[in-house]
Amino acid sequence: MSKKVAVFRREHFNAAHRLFNPDWDDATNDKVFGKCALPNYHGHNYELEVKLVGRPNKDTGYVMDMKELGDLVKREIHSRFDHKNLNLDTEEFKNLNPTAENIAIVIYKLLRPHIDEKLDMQVRLYETPRNFVEYPA
Amino acid sequence: MVYLTRFEHFNAAHKLYNPAWSYEKNEEIFGKCANENWHGHNYELLVTVKGQPSPDTGFVFDVKQLSNIIKDQVIEKIDHRNLNVDVEMMKGKMCSTENLAIAIWNQLVVHLPAGVQLHCIKLYETPRIYVEYFGE
Repeated sequence: MSKKVAVFRREHFNAAHRLFNPDWDDATNDKVFGKCALPNYHGHNYELEVKLVGRPNKDTGYVMDMKELGDLVKREIHSRFDHKNLNLDTEEFKNLNPTAENIAIVIYKLLRPHIDEKLDMQVRLYETPRNFVEYPA
Repeated sequence: MVYLTRFEHFNAAHKLYNPAWSYEKNEEIFGKCANENWHGHNYELLVTVKGQPSPDTGFVFDVKQLSNIIKDQVIEKIDHRNLNVDVEMMKGKMCSTENLAIAIWNQLVVHLPAGVQLHCIKLYETPRIYVEYFGE
């Protein structure tokens, strides 16, 4: 009898960013975002965990081939964001504040179409070893 | 002799780019690290001092004081900054982890009281890459 199993793939990338709302003046950005709004950017080592939940395939025993999942994350996420400036170098954050929350939502949307719809999916994104977010909550 | 280490952390943007070289040569040597618009890291900094424990306190050095010195002299100046653009101690230098460790050593060594010797700056650029500098 097959039970639901959660499988996880961990990948990492690093990037520069700043938190800034263009609708606000500099003083308001500074008040709300503090050092994260500094004009010349700062950066992080992001750690990404992709969680899939489903029943193991009866032929392979896999929920999903982890090599395929790793290749997918490298193709869709790593190639877009690694060693980039999220504000300046990426389409996804041209008009979206690159908070960890928004990055997690963007990553979910980029990966979801490529994952079997029978599997539940969640992404966890570490911005630092102490700050992380999950989507969907 | 006892070795005492304090962990601190900061994050920063940087790029590896030698202005004396062409764009193509920078790309060839530094690859993605030369990306024009910067990238960034969470750095973990370990500062190790050495000395004899004081007979009165049992301390090599008051670790709270050590933490305050690191925060005032290093973290305050580089956290959430762009190493190439914003940071005085890296002006005119290549912003590699090696050079940053040396700059942090030079920044700290003059602020430690007599009898407390700086032993090592260990600096993680990622969880998988670190450098050590012993002042040699």
